[in-house]
Amino acid sequence: MSQRRVELTLTVNGQRYEAAVEPRKTLADTLREDCGLTGTHLGCEHGVCGACTVLVDDEPVRSCLMFAVQCGSQAIRTVEGLADGDRLHPIQQAFWEHHGLQCGFCTPGFLMLATSVLESRPDIGDEELREVLASNLCRCTGYQNIITSVHAARDQMRS
Amino acid sequence: MKPAAFEYHAPRTLEEALGLLHEHQDEAKVLAGGQSLVPAMNFRLARPAVLVDIAHVPGLDRIETNDPASVTVGARVRHLDLEHNTIAGPLGSLFAMTGRWVGHYPIRVRGTFGGSLAHADPAAEWCALASALDAELHCRSTSGSRTVGARDFFEQMAFTTCLEPDELLVGVRLPRLSDSCGVGMAEFARRWGDFAIVLAVTAVERDGDSIARARIALGGVAGGPVRASNAEAALAGRPATAGTVAEAAAAAAEEVDPTGDIHGSADYRRDLVRAMVTRALDQALA
Repeated sequence: MSQRRVELTLTVNGQRYEAAVEPRKTLADTLREDCGLTGTHLGCEHGVCGACTVLVDDEPVRSCLMFAVQCGSQAIRTVEGLADGDRLHPIQQAFWEHHGLQCGFCTPGFLMLATSVLESRPDIGDEELREVLASNLCRCTGYQNIITSVHAARDQMRS
Repeated sequence: MKPAAFEYHAPRTLEEALGLLHEHQDEAKVLAGGQSLVPAMNFRLARPAVLVDIAHVPGLDRIETNDPASVTVGARVRHLDLEHNTIAGPLGSLFAMTGRWVGHYPIRVRGTFGGSLAHADPAAEWCALASALDAELHCRSTSGSRTVGARDFFEQMAFTTCLEPDELLVGVRLPRLSDSCGVGMAEFARRWGDFAIVLAVTAVERDGDSIARARIALGGVAGGPVRASNAEAALAGRPATAGTVAEAAAAAAEEVDPTGDIHGSADYRRDLVRAMVTRALDQALA
């Protein structure tokens, strides 16, 4: 059953995108297919893996569990918005330096989750950071290098 | 893994929302945070023809603290806002210690208190808290409003409440706990953020060295939240000692009748009840 499309304007990484989507289209699919921002990855599509994590008004959200029509004037941030041209964001640089990824599929979700928590709580302790990072799944790294990377980014962003 | 088509409404007033629910009855589902409904829709376990998004209905995201005897939590207050609440006293502590067990951080950013209660997952933390404190749930429809106690709100069948298809849960009234009240919450899950296998929520009123009154609710042991009334009786008027706690925990394990499933056998859950009640009471009496 095809459905009437809804016209909407999304603000992603400070840029406006016009899209006409069915109400059932998730924010994740809309970002990928209508905005052409394929950095956001879809893993499980039921809110368990966290690969599709993006920031909505600076808070981390599973974009597979939000419909695009639910976004009003909220500011969306995706992995494409992290780097400044060729200059990596400190969290990206830390993942690079500390081997925080292997296949890279889960990486955009971890980067956005970590960015959000380090921006809102720059002094977060190691134990709480572990709890936050437990939100997302990675099947390659065994998590230790992800944790090391986020610790390094936290220390760098604080200084 | 894509939801079936639906008609989407984002009403701007409560009356408009209630009108839509009345018009569409059981064809409609209320969308709040969407952290349980949308996964079910992505799996096509749920295929509502109409979604009524209450994100823009004013007032539902407020925590009312003006009444000296109670606090009323709006249905759309997020898990995260309860985890980081500013409610004074033991009730605020209980919300904070319970909130951090609800899903993962990004789930708590979107998921709502009222949504969790209306969804009525047997392992939900908020359902057990509402049960422990005998919360009063305010329900509205086009034909009027009613207030239902937690005991009657949750049916003893999973994911089932007394809400009619055209009714909306708008807020939940909880008693303020006295300053002499200790609170505790313990949960066991295989991994951090997973659904609880068993959880216990407690509030214990002290009278010097003895226990005046204890409230204990359990999750994960039946279709809905369960009050451990024998355990509560085993604590009332007794000295606040490790021995009393052990007796109450044993009584709780005795009075529940869990069923086994892939996550744990009935005996295992029963043993977890004993352990979780012990831990929650130890916190409450510390």
